[in-house]
Amino acid sequence: MRIALAQTDPRLADVEANLAGIERTVAAALDAGADLAVFPELALTGYRLRDLVPQVALRLDRAGPVRDRLAALSERLPFVVGLVEESADHRFYNAAAWFEDGRLVHVHRKVYLPTYGMFDEAMDFARGRRLAAFDTRFGRAGILICEDLWHPTATTVLALDGAVLVVGIAASPLRGQGVGSADPSHLSGRQLAEVLARFHTVPMVYVNRSGYEEGLAFGGGSFAIGAMGETLAEAPLLEEALVVATVDPDRTRAARAAYPLVRDERPGLLARELRRIARGEGLEADEEDGR
Amino acid sequence: MSGRIEVTSPLELPDLEKLLAGFLREEIGKAGFARAVVGVSGGLDSAVVLLLAARALAPENVLALVLPYRTSSPDSVRDARAVIAVAGTPSEEIDISPMVDAFAAAAGCDDPLRLGNRMARERMALLYDRALRDRALVVGTSNKTELLLGYSTRWGDGAYDLNPVGDLYKAQVRALGAHLGVPRAILEKAPSADLWPGQTDEQELGLTYADADRVLWYLVDQRGRPERAAEELGVPQAAVDRVLRLMTATQFKRNLPLICKVQLRTVGIDFRLPRDWGR
Repeated sequence: MRIALAQTDPRLADVEANLAGIERTVAAALDAGADLAVFPELALTGYRLRDLVPQVALRLDRAGPVRDRLAALSERLPFVVGLVEESADHRFYNAAAWFEDGRLVHVHRKVYLPTYGMFDEAMDFARGRRLAAFDTRFGRAGILICEDLWHPTATTVLALDGAVLVVGIAASPLRGQGVGSADPSHLSGRQLAEVLARFHTVPMVYVNRSGYEEGLAFGGGSFAIGAMGETLAEAPLLEEALVVATVDPDRTRAARAAYPLVRDERPGLLARELRRIARGEGLEADEEDGR
Repeated sequence: MSGRIEVTSPLELPDLEKLLAGFLREEIGKAGFARAVVGVSGGLDSAVVLLLAARALAPENVLALVLPYRTSSPDSVRDARAVIAVAGTPSEEIDISPMVDAFAAAAGCDDPLRLGNRMARERMALLYDRALRDRALVVGTSNKTELLLGYSTRWGDGAYDLNPVGDLYKAQVRALGAHLGVPRAILEKAPSADLWPGQTDEQELGLTYADADRVLWYLVDQRGRPERAAEELGVPQAAVDRVLRLMTATQFKRNLPLICKVQLRTVGIDFRLPRDWGR
């Protein structure tokens, strides 16, 4: 399976320009022999939208010119794209859509919205409430958006739900640590994904955008990692790129034969313990409130 | 923490150069411009910014302005010319003495601090005049150490359209300068606002840049506790106190002017539209 990592640089709040760019990139990915193209978080809209979120939001539950163009594009090549999704009751989600064969297969709404330091996503977006794998023409897959990857349990849930591919998309601003002795508490996204791939014996692709918004530089540096943590492909830092990674399902099979970690996971035990902990801390009620 | 902490570059220097040159090129482009104006003092910060701008936009699209006052050190103009030669940009030299002296006479002002502020604002006025004439943006040169200590003239050297070095401490700017080929005389001389003869920043601030950089990095970037800074960093308590005092006293300089909220959506409070809106 050949996956094109489409490390693009969207224009802020210009859906038409970004859609045209996505169409061009899909054509280029096809030329490069890809079976699937993966675009970054909010690739259709740009990242630092704030008050512009409602202006660029897309209804996926009914026909519309942008949704229909995306669906039509997937007749040429399946792809995953980050966008702002508006629900029927007008909540706005930082979401990722998997299109293939002319239809929308799955929408993942970002579950963990970073709202600290330089991030204020929970000001502008509603929290996703589901983590689920889904069937694609390549087998079962799962999608995570940026901060979702920093919560390792999200990958665990997808692996337990049968995902044999995890697609991570991001709009991650570059920020160095500023001192020679690197702070060991800051694992890079790359190290993090290698560990997640190995813990779950699952191939992971990570597509981060490039370009600048409001003084933020998005680092690029997209990559694909195999089920043994091995690097399959990497894109350059700080520039647009289209890199094709080959994910071999046989390598995943071999990894799972050697390390049956997913097989030996204990979802029932985990669910029981999580219920106990959630009850104790009053978090269950919080979830029921849908917050 | 153990051992002496040095504030070094946050990224490999070639990546840092790529990041900052890309920032200038893209953000100037998104604002609808292709040209920049940089005030070149002969000091380190403006030398680094000039070289970055020349690489980002091509030298012919960058104007270097050298704006000495009659008491400015002759070394400043010499060093400014040296870095302009390295950058290969067009330049203009304008003596600001007539404007500043006219102000001093008309306003009855002979206080060196107030005159220094006037010089900084005179330079700002010339930078913006050239920017309008050339359809360019003004690129600022304040580093992170200066920004956090509030060591600038409000609406003088503190006024610009964008700034590639504002998140780099002085030592980091110096490392970048060495990488970019800033002339040695500039890399090695004592930093000075050069607003009166013999002035140095460190004397005026009552702090060395080495101490200021480390204390600021510890307090701001590492979120360290102020009461532990002196011990952990091995710097005098007086330096920590001085940094804290300067940072707190100058917080207003790091914010836009306050606007009184009257209605539902207010500029500067909850009118949250990005600068790059539609660009």
